[in-house]
Amino acid sequence: MSDRLINWFRYASPQTFYPLTGKLIPWFWAFAAIFAVAGLTIGFLLAPTDAQQGEGYRIIFLHVPASWLSMFIYLVMAFWAATGLAFNTRLSGMMASALAPTGALFAFLSLWTGALWGKPMWGAWWVWDARLTSELILLFLYIGFIALQAAIDDPRRADKAGAILALVGVVNVPIIYFSVKWWNTLHQGASVSLTRAPSMAAMMLWGMVLCALACWMYSIAVALMRVRTIMLERERHTDWVRALLAEKE
Amino acid sequence: MHWNSLSEFLAMGNHGLYVWGSVVVMALLMVAEPMLVLQGRKRLVARLKRQYRAEQPVTRSGSQRTTGMTSTSPTATCRSSD
Repeated sequence: MSDRLINWFRYASPQTFYPLTGKLIPWFWAFAAIFAVAGLTIGFLLAPTDAQQGEGYRIIFLHVPASWLSMFIYLVMAFWAATGLAFNTRLSGMMASALAPTGALFAFLSLWTGALWGKPMWGAWWVWDARLTSELILLFLYIGFIALQAAIDDPRRADKAGAILALVGVVNVPIIYFSVKWWNTLHQGASVSLTRAPSMAAMMLWGMVLCALACWMYSIAVALMRVRTIMLERERHTDWVRALLAEKE
Repeated sequence: MHWNSLSEFLAMGNHGLYVWGSVVVMALLMVAEPMLVLQGRKRLVARLKRQYRAEQPVTRSGSQRTTGMTSTSPTATCRSSD
């Protein structure tokens, strides 16, 4: 009898999206914790030693998820930026702003764990190689996006300017991803690819996938937490925010 | 279980510094980020509540909230808010 179709556009309004996020966030934290415990247990306690890299390879369980997320969050951020530009929806710009700091965090962690992995394996913390340099550019894109938005007072104009930067920068993501194929680099090739069987033991693969899922759930949770604050801030002149804060007293 | 002893686990085959340096920094930042978000939210909620309270005498005259803030006019609160 009831209309089974969920009207997704309903949630494009901050007023209806806000309570929804409140319900979803604890679930994302719970799944993040479960995946993290499972992934780290497999990665650090159960997975075998790597034949070439010894125990140092275990950084993979942090490095690969951080790198994947840094690229994926950028794509999601650019998607919301484009949606905001095309449809002028309020929430899109807020989502893009909420994702940027988390993306920057993962880009930094990718470089940090990469440096700590590079030192024992290559003998260098850093090399100006295609993969590393394009990942550094990704971090700068995130920082540029955040700085640009912070420099413009009017949030709608800040959204537009940020969106253009995000969309121009999106070309960097495939460059990072394919850099190990396109150029001759020090960085090892992809451990997991869509086109062929993974070149690693099943246990290692599972550890990595679970850690990536944990980072994914973490990113959603923390981005939703941040978008809630942004919603309150930007909608502070509306009745629903007033009513909400009056309730909380 | 892959390890025979705790010290072997901590040593990570002589790569302990690199492995644990990655783990510790990643864990710290991933704990710090949500805490900073929560803190920012708390600060915003407190600021908005102050702001609304300051505006209240105008919208709801005669309420018990007018203590000390009677001189606040809507224009004054608008200026202080942005």
